[in-house]
Amino acid sequence: MANRRGILFWLGLVSLGAVGVAASDGDGDRNGTRSGWLTSRADVAPVTNATYGEECGSCHLAYQPGLLPAQAWTQVMDPAALADHYGDDASLTETLRAEIAGYLLAQAADQASAPRSRAFAVGFDAHAGTGLPRITERRYFERKHDDVPASLVTSNPDVGSFSQCNACHRGAAKGVYNDSRIDIPGYGRWED
Amino acid sequence: MNPLNRCVLVLMAGLPIPSALAGDAAAGAAAWVAEHQPGGGAPVRSCVTCHGDDLTKPGRHAVTGKAIEPLAPSVNPERLSDPANVEKWLRRNCRWTLGRECTATEKADFVAYIKTQ
Repeated sequence: MANRRGILFWLGLVSLGAVGVAASDGDGDRNGTRSGWLTSRADVAPVTNATYGEECGSCHLAYQPGLLPAQAWTQVMDPAALADHYGDDASLTETLRAEIAGYLLAQAADQASAPRSRAFAVGFDAHAGTGLPRITERRYFERKHDDVPASLVTSNPDVGSFSQCNACHRGAAKGVYNDSRIDIPGYGRWED
Repeated sequence: MNPLNRCVLVLMAGLPIPSALAGDAAAGAAAWVAEHQPGGGAPVRSCVTCHGDDLTKPGRHAVTGKAIEPLAPSVNPERLSDPANVEKWLRRNCRWTLGRECTATEKADFVAYIKTQ
């Protein structure tokens, strides 16, 4: 009798384990998409702040906070800097500016856990250069794009500049930047 | 003046947006295409630079290339529906295009023009 009880106990544990495995599978699916095993998971955490998405995303891709370190976002979100935002006027009310700056700083590259985000923080010097910091001037970005010819980007009318991530990285809006989702207009797929 | 008209006028005076002023659509249309020379030898700018001259069609951000939804309320009913949003964009875009903020009259003219589109 004692033996049978013991077997039931172990059977119970095993089935609980199976449920556990099934549950973690489900979690995995929610983070990526079903199009492939290794391909579509976000490389940097997607944008979760609606105010940021609305205010900044109306003029350009709402770049994920994990693409610049906190010190860089502080410089970008300075009120005076916003009035001359890479040549455009992006001034915000103080309430909105404070909310967006708080979000960007909390999720910045040097605060993030995603390895690709951490890479964007490497080698940043807040005092280097004269203009505002740029994602396209981060060491990691330059290394990843140094073999992409200008003819495919800056002189490609459907792209225009390296700032237009989503022109070639078709998953950019969701934080997916890996090779599997690259499709350069007029050229096609690109393998790094 | 009958009481209803008076009531409408009082209500309009209370609106905190440029459209509360009686804008001049024709003046707004002229200002829409007026070109302004920024400093530093950059190309001339006007509203057309990003929004185009047909407000029922999408525009394109001159710097980032991002598509801009049509401004004409006839095809995009959300336009002019949020006064704070209208004020925000007039402030930003006057500063970029004209190099200064627009006067209340200029803003009312732009809004009056856009309303007719």
